[in-house]
Amino acid sequence: MRRLTPYLLALPGWMWLAIFLVVPMAAMASVSLQTGNAIDGYAMTFAVSNYTDALGRYSTQLVRSLLYGGLATVAMLLIGYPVAYWIAFKGGRRKSVYLFLLLLPFFVSFVLRTISWNFLLADNGILLGTLKGWGVLPADFHVLATTVAVVGGLAYNFLPFMILPIYVSLERVDPRVVEAAQDLYATRAAAFRQVVLPLSLPGVFAGVLMTFVPATADPINAAILGGTANTMIGNIIQTAYLTNLDYPTASALSFTLMAVLLVGIFLYARLLGTENVLEAAAR
Amino acid sequence: MTGTTRGTRLGDRLLHAWTWLVIVWLSSPIAVMILFGFNDKKSKSNTAWQGFTLRWYGELFDISDLTTALTNSLVVAVVSTVVTVVIGTMLGLALGRHRFRGKGATTFLVFAAISTPELVMGASLLSLFVSGNVPRGTVTIVVAHVLFSLSFVVVTVRARVVGLDPSLEEAARDLGATAWGTFRQVTLPSILPGVMAGAMLSFALSIDDYVVTSFVNGSTVTFPLWIVGAVKTGIPPQVNVMGTLIFGIGVLIAVGNAIAARRRT
Repeated sequence: MRRLTPYLLALPGWMWLAIFLVVPMAAMASVSLQTGNAIDGYAMTFAVSNYTDALGRYSTQLVRSLLYGGLATVAMLLIGYPVAYWIAFKGGRRKSVYLFLLLLPFFVSFVLRTISWNFLLADNGILLGTLKGWGVLPADFHVLATTVAVVGGLAYNFLPFMILPIYVSLERVDPRVVEAAQDLYATRAAAFRQVVLPLSLPGVFAGVLMTFVPATADPINAAILGGTANTMIGNIIQTAYLTNLDYPTASALSFTLMAVLLVGIFLYARLLGTENVLEAAAR
Repeated sequence: MTGTTRGTRLGDRLLHAWTWLVIVWLSSPIAVMILFGFNDKKSKSNTAWQGFTLRWYGELFDISDLTTALTNSLVVAVVSTVVTVVIGTMLGLALGRHRFRGKGATTFLVFAAISTPELVMGASLLSLFVSGNVPRGTVTIVVAHVLFSLSFVVVTVRARVVGLDPSLEEAARDLGATAWGTFRQVTLPSILPGVMAGAMLSFALSIDDYVVTSFVNGSTVTFPLWIVGAVKTGIPPQVNVMGTLIFGIGVLIAVGNAIAARRRT
């Protein structure tokens, strides 16, 4: 009985993951190779052409998603790193208060937050309408339905996921190490570049992963803030699945998206040197 | 050296100001949401401020579809949280405490579930349900929500179990406690903070989810789905009020928790 305990404990959770995570992936793989139509049903024909067709038709949106996800990630890194740095080294006893304030958006639904930006940035809404009333902006100025709105929305929605891991890695840096560097006549900039920055790389690595993947695959920001000219791959997949009932195309696109993200993560890990990152993280 | 110190202070002040700027940026949509729940709007759209009213708080449940959607969300969140916490705690205990065959593969699955993009998770579940002719509705939503919350409970519980001193449980058994008695009186109380954190996280993830739910909902509508559906026709102020109330309750619970935790130490 005692030897069975771990298996009994693990069984329900393990089965849930196997049946609803692994089996669906297999189902999706199978659907992505079928042909047919929504009315007569789909049959397996090992149609690899589904992939080439889908890519041919939607490469613009796929490239755009990677571009928007990448731009948003860079923006989050530039915006978030200084914040994480200041809280970790200068936050003092109020560290947890600052972190709590940064996490406030999580108490509002993702969808509602994005719609609030739609409110804020509406062509004649409280922000642009007021500025136009003062004559600061021309009457036809708009932010909604532009690249800036979508990338800004993505950066807004995922920023805490960039700040937190960087903060955690910076918090672990012993301030005495930085002092030692400065005692050895390193300038402040040099101490940062050669001591603090390398020690925070595991956090940067985790932050980039935690933001780039969901930002690239996100359909909500493009749908609510982007208009028709900024459609991302997430919107295409959603429409193909739910409106057009074109399951094979949608499945092929989902797999392509996942493959592209996995290859991206792999290359990125190689580029940054996972070993160095893991080593630094272990310390 | 004075030059450096002055430079340092200026740099710190700039960083401090930057941090506050980011906090304001992050909070501004929340302020807008709360504010427009009090907007005395006359026209159809709710984007321009037209005066203060408490009307929408009084008429909170007047849109029956919206009320149903909110109820659905709450039911799904409660049921999926309970299921997730039970099976997630069990798996967390198994991974944190025991050695068994397939442990590595199970750990891999747990992290695969965390790192799969929501969109791919939803799409693959729909592929399964379509292939197997499974009718979609509340049950499939709960299944999906348990799937994406499970790993978070496993990870938080496992972290707590690993930090637990096994000699406590041994002592309880030596003193004649049964396996169940040991679990209930020794193990559970010490992993409870991890279990609670996991429960709150799954509830929050469930009530907030749009992407996965949009694939598996069938004709059942949840709160986030209703809101997205209403974007084109205009979001009624009741949505802002509900958002404000959920925000308020969430913040109260979090602050209460933090104060209670501080008192305990």
